[in-house]
Amino acid sequence: MTRFEDQRTTVYKVDPEHPEDATLPTLRTEELLLNMGPQHPSTHGVLKVILELEGERLVKSTPVMGFLHRGVEKLAEEGTYHQFIPHTDRLDYVCAMYNNFAYCRAVEKLMNITVPDRAEYLRTIVAEIQRIIGHQFWLGTQALDIGAMTVFFYCFRDREILLDWFDELCGARLTTSWYRIGGVERDFTPSLFAKLKQFLDYFPPKIDEYVIFLEKNRIWLARTKGVAVISAEDALSFGLSGPTLRGSGVDYDLRKYEPYSAYPKCEFSIPVGKNGDTYDRYWIRVQELYESVKIIRQCLEQIQDGPIMADVPSVTLPPKERVFTNLESMIQQFKLFSQGFNAPPGEIYCGTEAHKGELGFYIVSTGGGKPYRLKIRAPSFIHMGAFDHMSKGYMIADAVTIFGTYDIVMGECDR
Amino acid sequence: MNQLAQRIEETFPGASTKVTEWRGDVAVTVKREALHDIGKFLRDDPAMRFDYIVHVSSVDWPDDEERFEVVYEVYSIRTRQRIRLKTRVPESDCIVDSLTDIWKGADFMEREVYDMMGIRFRNHPDLRRILMPDEYEEGYPLRKDFPLRGKGWRDTFEFLDEPAR
Repeated sequence: MTRFEDQRTTVYKVDPEHPEDATLPTLRTEELLLNMGPQHPSTHGVLKVILELEGERLVKSTPVMGFLHRGVEKLAEEGTYHQFIPHTDRLDYVCAMYNNFAYCRAVEKLMNITVPDRAEYLRTIVAEIQRIIGHQFWLGTQALDIGAMTVFFYCFRDREILLDWFDELCGARLTTSWYRIGGVERDFTPSLFAKLKQFLDYFPPKIDEYVIFLEKNRIWLARTKGVAVISAEDALSFGLSGPTLRGSGVDYDLRKYEPYSAYPKCEFSIPVGKNGDTYDRYWIRVQELYESVKIIRQCLEQIQDGPIMADVPSVTLPPKERVFTNLESMIQQFKLFSQGFNAPPGEIYCGTEAHKGELGFYIVSTGGGKPYRLKIRAPSFIHMGAFDHMSKGYMIADAVTIFGTYDIVMGECDR
Repeated sequence: MNQLAQRIEETFPGASTKVTEWRGDVAVTVKREALHDIGKFLRDDPAMRFDYIVHVSSVDWPDDEERFEVVYEVYSIRTRQRIRLKTRVPESDCIVDSLTDIWKGADFMEREVYDMMGIRFRNHPDLRRILMPDEYEEGYPLRKDFPLRGKGWRDTFEFLDEPAR
């Protein structure tokens, strides 16, 4: 009998020329298919991944998406530009403000509207608060997925303060719809300013607290360092953005590359990683928390009194108090909501640096009050495209880490 | 004429049919036979290096002869420029060369275009539906002739008679 040795495991195979000699049982090895999700707690929503395993190693992973597909892009074609703002809340439901921001910026580019200074500062402040919330949420859930439960409670404790702040600002904690085309819905009250300043003093020591739990934690280091490594070239080719791309050493951040809103007037730095692994992406997000605090502080110092809405009556909404007292304003509001404004024919793409990555809107207009086509460039969706590439060769337990490292939210991924 | 568009025109004479520049966005419509070569040129040309793929999208123009428009938007990290490459395909033969071998991210994005608009991509490694279920057979949702309230599926149910009071 001849013995053939497989390179992976010792397998006895039958010699085809002398099959009668086979006395040992033939062992069979094959790849195991494992369905992970859609009801797995670590998939952050409803995502299914078909994992092909060889032992405990991932050979190939195929994401199956669309469980949360609601046809948002189709819905956009049926409503006016204003009516789409609440739909954007439901894209990335963890960070609604940034979606509103990205959408309003895109429509402002289409309509060529300049937003007044004060509104730009208010927008920047709220966007950075949303970034803090997003990163806290990410840090808490990522640590929880990996097995560190305490960080989750600490992050969510502080996140709650900001969500209450949002509640006071616009009456909603998650689905906010506070941004408007051409400005914002309402100004901050003095109480909001006071609470925000209080938070800025309270928060930086708390970031140090989160980090203490993780930076010397052997389990955290073992499970994040060197996991899901992607080179800068591949990351660009896959279209990754945000901290996922910056972890690989590319300093692509739209806040610096194509400055918008009040960002050019603030001084802040873009943290960039070296190794392109999960740990670097974690480190970047923590550093961005400090940077966000810095940006908000500068905005609070620089902000001046002024209007919070651009004065373009054919496009922007009139102030609420005028709608209740003035006939023309009421007619204007009614017409804007029932017919929409008349957009010029053309097409634009406008990307905004959300905390997950580049959130962009591609709008095609043929004139009239409704977008002809609206495409959402959702970072979560594009990041999932690199999942197979990034998970190859890692252990099955790392699949959870790799989901987490993108900061994926399925509402945005499936749209 | 825009510099980028000019460079494309010089390298591929007659390939670009329309160049628009509006609100700072440059869009070049190219013939679909030339799409793959132009994509490769944009990525590899040392002066441009469009290495970052932003999005792949599609637009339906039902009244036009070439009904569908495929849109690729790419960005160059080095020169901080973006360009939109567009191509048109007729409904009877809606197939384009896939750019997956140039930008890896095009894989999922093209699958989405196929899923939503029904445009096929030649040489795509895994062209399946991505957001809709695999066995979905009621058409392509983002086409203009696909109604907002679905396509007849609800109408197949019979109404129950009103119960007697």
